[in-house]
Amino acid sequence: MNRFDYVRPRTVAEAVAAGAEPGSAFLAAGTNLLDLMKIGVARPARLVDLNHLPGLAAIEHAPDGGVRIGAQVRNADLAYDPDFARRFPAVAEALLSGASAQLRNAATVGGNLLQRTRCAYFQDTASSCNKREPGSGCDARDGENRLHAVLGWSEACIATHPSDFCVPLAAFGAVVEIEGPAGRREVPLQDFHLLPGKTPERETVLAPGELIVALRLPAEAAAFAAHSRYAKLRERTSYAFAVVSAAAGLRMQGGRIAAARLALGGVAAKPWRTEAAEAALLGAEPGADAFRRAAELALAEARPSGENEFKIELARRIAVRALTLAAAGTPDRLPALPASPFAPIPGGLHG
Amino acid sequence: MAEVHHMRHGSNAGQPITRRDGVLKVTGAARYAADNHPQGMLYAVIAAARIARGRVAALDVAAAQAHPGVVEVMTAANRPPLAVHPDDKSVPFSFRMDLLQDDRVRYAGQPVAVVIAETLEAATEGAALLAPRYRAEPVEVTLDAPGAFVTEVVGVGVPGEQHYGDLAAGLAAAARRIEATYETPTQFHNAMEPHGVVASWDGDALSLDMPTQGFALTQMRLAALFGIRAEDIHIRSPFIGGGFGSKLLSGPQVLGVLAARLIGRPVKLVLTRAQMYGPVTHRAPTRQTLRLGAAPDGALTAVHHHVRTVTSRFDDFLEPAAGVSHTLYAAPAIATTYEALRLDIGTPGFMRAPGEASGSLALEGAIDELAAACGMDPLEFRLRNYAEVEPISGKPFSSKALRECYAQGAARFGWSGRPLTSRSLRDADGKLVGWGLGTATFPALMFQAEARAVIRRDGTGVVETGAHDMGQGAWTAFAQIAAESLGLDVGQVEFRSGSSDLPNAGIAGGSAHTATVGSAIQAAGEQAVARLAELAVADPRSPLFGADNIGVVARDGRLVRWDDGSRSESFAEILDRAGLEMVEGRGSAAADADAAERYAMHAHGAVFAEVKVDPELGQIRVTRLVGAFAAGRIINPRLVKSQYYGGMIWGVSFALHERATLDRRTGRVMNADLAEYHMPVNADIPSVEAILVDEEDPHVNALGVKGVGEIGITGSAGAVANAVWHATGVRVRRFPIAMEELLG
Repeated sequence: MNRFDYVRPRTVAEAVAAGAEPGSAFLAAGTNLLDLMKIGVARPARLVDLNHLPGLAAIEHAPDGGVRIGAQVRNADLAYDPDFARRFPAVAEALLSGASAQLRNAATVGGNLLQRTRCAYFQDTASSCNKREPGSGCDARDGENRLHAVLGWSEACIATHPSDFCVPLAAFGAVVEIEGPAGRREVPLQDFHLLPGKTPERETVLAPGELIVALRLPAEAAAFAAHSRYAKLRERTSYAFAVVSAAAGLRMQGGRIAAARLALGGVAAKPWRTEAAEAALLGAEPGADAFRRAAELALAEARPSGENEFKIELARRIAVRALTLAAAGTPDRLPALPASPFAPIPGGLHG
Repeated sequence: MAEVHHMRHGSNAGQPITRRDGVLKVTGAARYAADNHPQGMLYAVIAAARIARGRVAALDVAAAQAHPGVVEVMTAANRPPLAVHPDDKSVPFSFRMDLLQDDRVRYAGQPVAVVIAETLEAATEGAALLAPRYRAEPVEVTLDAPGAFVTEVVGVGVPGEQHYGDLAAGLAAAARRIEATYETPTQFHNAMEPHGVVASWDGDALSLDMPTQGFALTQMRLAALFGIRAEDIHIRSPFIGGGFGSKLLSGPQVLGVLAARLIGRPVKLVLTRAQMYGPVTHRAPTRQTLRLGAAPDGALTAVHHHVRTVTSRFDDFLEPAAGVSHTLYAAPAIATTYEALRLDIGTPGFMRAPGEASGSLALEGAIDELAAACGMDPLEFRLRNYAEVEPISGKPFSSKALRECYAQGAARFGWSGRPLTSRSLRDADGKLVGWGLGTATFPALMFQAEARAVIRRDGTGVVETGAHDMGQGAWTAFAQIAAESLGLDVGQVEFRSGSSDLPNAGIAGGSAHTATVGSAIQAAGEQAVARLAELAVADPRSPLFGADNIGVVARDGRLVRWDDGSRSESFAEILDRAGLEMVEGRGSAAADADAAERYAMHAHGAVFAEVKVDPELGQIRVTRLVGAFAAGRIINPRLVKSQYYGGMIWGVSFALHERATLDRRTGRVMNADLAEYHMPVNADIPSVEAILVDEEDPHVNALGVKGVGEIGITGSAGAVANAVWHATGVRVRRFPIAMEELLG
């Protein structure tokens, strides 16, 4: 690990100013950043510690049903907030399916959005990686790429975004609140992460010094609470990133789908919301045929980036599964094996 | 040694007492090697090669030296001289080491320099600043590489190729034949405690805190390398955080010793997790082709087990995977053959059940396939081919309760309702359900060990032996044996171990430590008691006077006449009257060559697995595991069950999780951390049970103990894989089983 400066701003304005200086990196829980520093992938000249900023750790439930989540809220605290879990069960389920209990206790909401990819070639400083070192090439392209992207990738980069949390956030229209040197702005989560194109080193819309201060989920997102699930395939039951995952929400009216939300995880450099698939579900009767059609649409542009063609079909199937589970209704308690295909449904369904 | 805090069920051999060191471990008071900080200690960090073949062209030593806190950089240019070349293998079980002898890189992760600094952080950054430049050469790291050669010798000088009967005739006579190729991946040691050492020199005397599975061999190798006397090397290893065959003496530990030599101060060197994927041995991949034939009634007519596996370019260890076919199933013709490749990898080595683990996975799969081809239940098929004598040698077994293992395991599991056809069971949620069986086997070995036992004037005992507790509970089991042999409660015996200045206990390996060291302890204890008895029966003042023809027994701190329990005397009284501070006994143990010549000696078991598989998504869950094992006498059922659980869970890992991903172009391990190198978590193991099947063995050793450390992994992986087939109808022969193989 390189030697670095450490600053502890007392206000958001100080943090933004410090963060705007070249070589700065914001430090929240550090569950990802410190690991990357230890393996030499991140070598910031200055860590700007956000842990002592006031006012960023609140979960504020609005009367209309929406919620505003401070960027410093810990993943576990959010998932176990009873009001939050009741209104946004798929988000809570996604949170609890990620990482390990220890990491969830530390990791923050804001940091989760900025997780770096788990691509082994990004993490291995002896490999070529356009994301880590622009223009150096992509060793993943012809390497061990079984779990790499099938949507939105480019010749420059085939990495995926690892977050579970972001998948339902994209599906349910979360908004990111950002403070920066040029003031405050808001960006829909769906537009927050960038596809790699020719500049895979640019992963989000954040400019230097810009700081995530909060996330909002709108009231309309809570309208999906009764039919809202996250499903995740992984190579062990916890502490593993998604092979593919899906968040689904349905609003039912008279036995038909009045509104649908669907986003996929583990397939692209961003959580992959597909409005075409959502539109195809409108007015449909919930069931295998409609869900399969939606899944086909969601993956319509998918193509393998390596030895990962199976992920395309697997992503369709996890989309169908998430929609099927959502249609069946949200369980009234989060499953003991969150998002697992083996999660028994505890008790009754969400009232 | 640890205080005894919990004593629940009595104390001596056969009782399931909890670990004597359990409280120390859960409170963090147990001092592992890396917990030591001698005065003036520096930290050493290895810089590891990022290429797998070629030469180090340049190291930026100046940059590392300039980093604040860095004291010295050790490279091939300034590394202290050694008395013998690091390739020297004159000490048994030695592997060639990479000790900065030249600029050659032979595998990714090979040490190319060591940075010594005042802090771990400075040493770590110094190692990064070396920024080696290489002249890389093309590498081969896969089983598909060219250049395979036939070999008759595998493991450490073990004859691998063996032929019994007429294979061609056996295959020709078969009514049912199968040929199947199974592939197992590279696996790396991931003991919780990484390899490390804290080394201090005092002239030519060397003091070491380090985890090791064998004091004497480690002393001998270090003595040879440094040209010093073995008795001048003192090693403390009171606790080991897992060994599994990787912790004899590793090259990185020798580099720590070299660093201390170079700098003249104590040095600590501990590998990072990532650095364990290279220089500390691993389990090599295998591609195993099984050709089996069976008569119409299911009787095997032929078994051919062919193994393709790999070793490094510079040393030899070939996974002896076909060995299980020598012993498991009766057949008139058995052949085991090998071909090998030299690759640009670190040398593979011992990793829990080396050979048996991967070999039994393939054999148990093929047996399952043939049972299905014969339309027979897999258990019935195995019983049909039950080996009454060891097939390859014709020797009788010293004991073999495998039939009882099958019966008890099957009863507990509920095997009898199993439909023959695959993909025919579903649970209420629509998940596919499958049941699979695997036979477990591991040889019952003996090495050599010595022990010393003392009965003190206060009536308490001391037993000493330089043994190794790698987490398996040896300190507790040995104390139980010691107490039993001395006729004392375990709380009255001080058991001293884990240090090289105690009697030589050999190595903790081959699942033979309890059998070997336990036998030596038993002999030492018996001799101490005999000395005490000599004092008593010859003394007219003793109530035991004249008992020589009838004999006495040690019990509860007293010597008691066999024929008259009312006549007894305490140890303390005997010693007190004799005016002695103590009596001492010495014991040793080794394989009984005569018994080994007459008998085949193996532990056995049967593992039953239930899996559920999501029919659309291919995700697998092992919902139940039941293993029934027969391994001779059981010293501590609680600890033995823990060994079985651990082995069975590793079997699940083998079948479903574990795989090192080597980039075929660079030879680097691309998942060298515990986040990406998957093994099961608690949530993957909802139910595991181990049944201890009674077995008496008068031949294996004085205690009748067979090993339990490795057998649990054998059979288990096969049981899980066979259950996946039974659930899905898909026979996956490449491991770990991936969900995409089951998508249909």
